[in-house]
Amino acid sequence: MKNNFSIIFKSSKFRLGFIIFALLLLSVIIFPIVNKEDPLKMNYTMFQNPGPNLPLGADNFGRNELVELIAGGKTSLIIGILAGGIATGVGLILGLFGGYIGGLVDDVLSSITNIFLVIPSFIILVLISVSISSRSYLTTALVIGFTSWPWTARAVRAQTISLRNRDHVNLAKVSGYSIPKIIATEILPYIASYVGMAFILQVASGILSEATISMLGLGPQNTVTLGLMLNWATMYEAHMSGAWWAFVPPVLMIALITFSLNLMNTGLDQIFNPQIRS
Amino acid sequence: MKSYRKYMTSKIVWYVLTFVVALFLNFLLPRLIPGNPVSTIVSKITSGMADTNSIKRVYETFEKEFGLNKPIWEQFLIYVSNLLHGNMGTSFGQYPRKVTDILASSIVWTIGLQLPAIIVSWILGNVLGVLAAYIKKGFDKVLFPVFLFISCIPSFGFAIVLVWLFAVALKIAPASGGYAFDMIPSPTLSFFLSVLQHYQLPFWSIVLVGIGGQSLGMREMSIYELNADYVKYCRLLGLKDSKIVRYVFKNAVLPQITGLALSLGTMVGGALITEIVFSYPGLGSVLFNAIAAQDFPLISGCTLLITTGVLIANFVIDIVYGLIDPRIKVAQQE
Repeated sequence: MKNNFSIIFKSSKFRLGFIIFALLLLSVIIFPIVNKEDPLKMNYTMFQNPGPNLPLGADNFGRNELVELIAGGKTSLIIGILAGGIATGVGLILGLFGGYIGGLVDDVLSSITNIFLVIPSFIILVLISVSISSRSYLTTALVIGFTSWPWTARAVRAQTISLRNRDHVNLAKVSGYSIPKIIATEILPYIASYVGMAFILQVASGILSEATISMLGLGPQNTVTLGLMLNWATMYEAHMSGAWWAFVPPVLMIALITFSLNLMNTGLDQIFNPQIRS
Repeated sequence: MKSYRKYMTSKIVWYVLTFVVALFLNFLLPRLIPGNPVSTIVSKITSGMADTNSIKRVYETFEKEFGLNKPIWEQFLIYVSNLLHGNMGTSFGQYPRKVTDILASSIVWTIGLQLPAIIVSWILGNVLGVLAAYIKKGFDKVLFPVFLFISCIPSFGFAIVLVWLFAVALKIAPASGGYAFDMIPSPTLSFFLSVLQHYQLPFWSIVLVGIGGQSLGMREMSIYELNADYVKYCRLLGLKDSKIVRYVFKNAVLPQITGLALSLGTMVGGALITEIVFSYPGLGSVLFNAIAAQDFPLISGCTLLITTGVLIANFVIDIVYGLIDPRIKVAQQE
């Protein structure tokens, strides 16, 4: 295990991505402990300019932008990780069982997967969010998670099929192991690195989905997320009044989080896929 | 040709099936609102109305359109037969305008903006991607992180920053709308110029983000191809590098076509939100306003139209792909 980690950290791309992500994560965890200001409290005037006590100014509601940014970053990260976890979990289970069992089960599962690959998940996200009148950030995370699994399911299925007829799997079959046990001990370990990478990408796309759905006015309620901050900045036309501090920080925060995740993914890809090493 | 026809038929069957599922979801999901959807909806839109007569009229319109008090499958049939007659119902928010009229006037703008933007970003992204893979040193080291970073910015976030920079701070481009607000759409030169002027910022904010994403995939495919034996062989034969790069491009670009099909849904989603930032008169803005007004028939019309558009685009890509990739024909003959 220790050896694995040292190999991963040899990739400069993974290292850089990991450092950025760790710094962001630490700042959203540590900052609220040091500064106990309520991110939803309206203490200032609309679009108040940045000053010594207000490093990033105030938003349209007169809230401290920096405090809001940290709180929003934290909620967005939670949404991303939760949604990514659900999507990877669902995709993994469907892909593993479909790919390993084959036959009718596989036909049904891969038909469903292929259909939901083509129907934009963004649309299903809109349709479900419209139907739910009160949405917490957990609801948003659940809905995003359950609409974005088809990618993972398809890829996991393809990998499982390529492993299905290997000798060690056949040996386990002959030994009379149950299907879940074979999948867990003989197949899962071989695709674990791939699943880890897929999870990282799902977290990134979960954060982007939250931003997209929030921009449409279907985001979570009674909370701050990076998407909601952008939504408010657009609705109150922060860009027209030149209040760059209301939208540049959340845009950069989204970009930095997804950038660091993608960088880690590329680093891992180069390690586990020797063919694309440049 | 026989194998291609088989490929076509199976694709058509799949797309029809997918469309039916999409249609059903579009029908079912908004009806999952607990309680009687019509009374929920009507109480929402009539909350400001005092006139009981007009409330009753609104209620009756929707009761009829939804075909309530009937079993769900019958409601679905009513929904489908309404659609077949080109009837998507009446808008709540812009009552009594028909949903189809609203959609018809906005889809032109969306297609006009998104189709060229997606195609241009795909072409530019692929050319840059193969160059990045080929030149490697320096170019790859610098360009790769830059592209990756740009592709991570949501296109609507990029759009807000562009508006602020170019329309508000530098004042060299209009900030919003599809044409100058004092103009009426007409086939005149001044109207066309105004449209072109308003086109720049939304177009480039979609294109630049798209280039980042596409070039990354292309770079990866090209590195894979550049390591292939035929490239080494060509080098040994003393072929010009520009010729080798062209071969590599041809081989690496095929998977990128499928890649485009798969990322289309996300790209269209992002681009629709970009329209909101610019108050561009397309489907994205219509959807946004419909959601704000809880205008369910219009929301449902928008989502159905967008899904259909993405499905058609995917279908076209699949058909083109089948025509140009010889491997598909071989696979079908097996």
